[in-house]
Amino acid sequence: MSALLQLNQTTIRFGGLTAVSKLDLVVNEHELIGLIGPNGAGKTTVFNIVTGVYQPTEGTITFDGEPTARLKPYELAKLGIARTFQNIRLFASMSVFDNVRTAVQLHRPHGVRNALWRGREFHDSEKGVETQVMDLLDIFNLGRFRDSDSKSLPYGDQRRLEIVRALATKPKLLLLDEPAAGMNPSEKTELMKLIQFVKDKFQIAVLLVEHDMQVVMGICERIAVLDYGVKIAEGSPVEIRKNPKVIEAYLGEESIKT
Amino acid sequence: MLMARPRTFLLAALTASVVLGFFQSQIDLYYVDVLTKIAINITLAVSLNLINGYAGQFSLGHAGFMAVGAYTAAAMTMFLGPKILPAQAPVALTLIWFLLALYAGGLVAATAGLLVGAPSLRLKGDYLAIVTLGFGQIIAVVFRNIEPLGGALGLNGIPAYTNLFWVFGVAVLTTYVVTTMVNSTYGRGFLATHDDEVAAEAMGVNTTRYKIVAFVIGAFFAGIAGGLYGHFNLTINPRGFDFNKSIEIVVMVIVGGMGNTRGVILAAVLLTLLPEGLRAMAGWSPLLKWIGESRPLLYSILLIGIMLLRPQGLFAFGKRTVKVK
Repeated sequence: MSALLQLNQTTIRFGGLTAVSKLDLVVNEHELIGLIGPNGAGKTTVFNIVTGVYQPTEGTITFDGEPTARLKPYELAKLGIARTFQNIRLFASMSVFDNVRTAVQLHRPHGVRNALWRGREFHDSEKGVETQVMDLLDIFNLGRFRDSDSKSLPYGDQRRLEIVRALATKPKLLLLDEPAAGMNPSEKTELMKLIQFVKDKFQIAVLLVEHDMQVVMGICERIAVLDYGVKIAEGSPVEIRKNPKVIEAYLGEESIKT
Repeated sequence: MLMARPRTFLLAALTASVVLGFFQSQIDLYYVDVLTKIAINITLAVSLNLINGYAGQFSLGHAGFMAVGAYTAAAMTMFLGPKILPAQAPVALTLIWFLLALYAGGLVAATAGLLVGAPSLRLKGDYLAIVTLGFGQIIAVVFRNIEPLGGALGLNGIPAYTNLFWVFGVAVLTTYVVTTMVNSTYGRGFLATHDDEVAAEAMGVNTTRYKIVAFVIGAFFAGIAGGLYGHFNLTINPRGFDFNKSIEIVVMVIVGGMGNTRGVILAAVLLTLLPEGLRAMAGWSPLLKWIGESRPLLYSILLIGIMLLRPQGLFAFGKRTVKVK
């Protein structure tokens, strides 16, 4: 297993607040790793640094052997980093099909000229896009919603569509930001199966930020714990569960003493 | 869909423009006048719709781009043309020169679009609207102070090259370009930029690039429309391209429905006919006369009414319309 994503001493400050401090984190290829921590621990900030939304104040990040400093989000997407959002961000004015279609264009030769000329090249290319999108949608059972408004889908399907859209960019690393938020227990079980399936089927690494312990402990191979922007523990689910620092961060000091 | 077979549509519509241009001398002058205005407004509204509707960048400076194109094209046919073309040049040559002048007007306007767009597209929403509004004002002031271009008096005696073929040909071309571009996998990027920039970037969409493309192409066609307007009106002055003109185009886009090309075309036609109709009816009653005279007021009320009752635009029947946030 080789390292796909590597954060070295990554720090980000907003004014006087250090949101993430000297974080070392490695995500290996085809690995499912969880990032947990109490509210405000800096998990989503880590996502935003990795995807280029924020630039780290200090430290370096390498992805697939290349330093990612100063790369824009869309450039990182091209390198193979895809993500979903904590509060679902689908393209509201587009159909389910078009949501995925937008993401598919990343690795396709296309351009204004073909679209304007409408020659055979254009039609072949659009047909290719359609097959690719429909294949993806069908894998996740969303094909029947093809022409529906993306916002009219049930909540769980919207979450799945967001994952499909991310997969359409052909990522090497998929970042999932609290995918279980707002789901009931049976939906959560479904989601765990889905994440596992995505990881195996597409042979990608997954970095999962999640609040829900049942989900994280159930599927992650390795877990890193953040508290106030500092990594306080890292290890297998069993190790994390027993780690006193983690228990303290989640349940408070008092509960350990008693 | 406006065009299930876009190239067939292009050919058919262009042929219709040729026929229209051919029979222009048979048509009553008043109707030629109205038809020309309609076609120019379609060009302006459809091109603005790419920026404001599809890409979701609210521009209030479309008349500014139109002015740039109008002055460039007029300068080419009035000043540069006589120096380059032989005296008593054949008609074909003057027509080609006019085409070049229009094209140059479009290119200069597109450059202006790039210059305004590239730095100001870091701004969003209201802030961008204010910058583009400022651009429109600046353009008017600049032309007012360029004495070789007539200063505040503007340019008079522009040759009457514009005819129905040119205006409808350009309107058709604009519609074709905007529609084919947006209705493709490539074009989904405009809508993605409109819907959610953060998500679009995360999916590999270079939103800055899409915004600039929208601005440049929108400005290009506004510039050509300006050139056509100059060679139709035969006189241009800075006041003709002021804020009110920009607003007029924005109203067409909003009434037609942002991101709904068909609706926007309909709105451009109706809103061009409206003052003509009101003028014709002014004799019927004092009330109609008053309404005709207070068109700006009428527009404001229309806008407020549409925003309240039908934010998706009057003519949004299909699903093509971009949702208003």
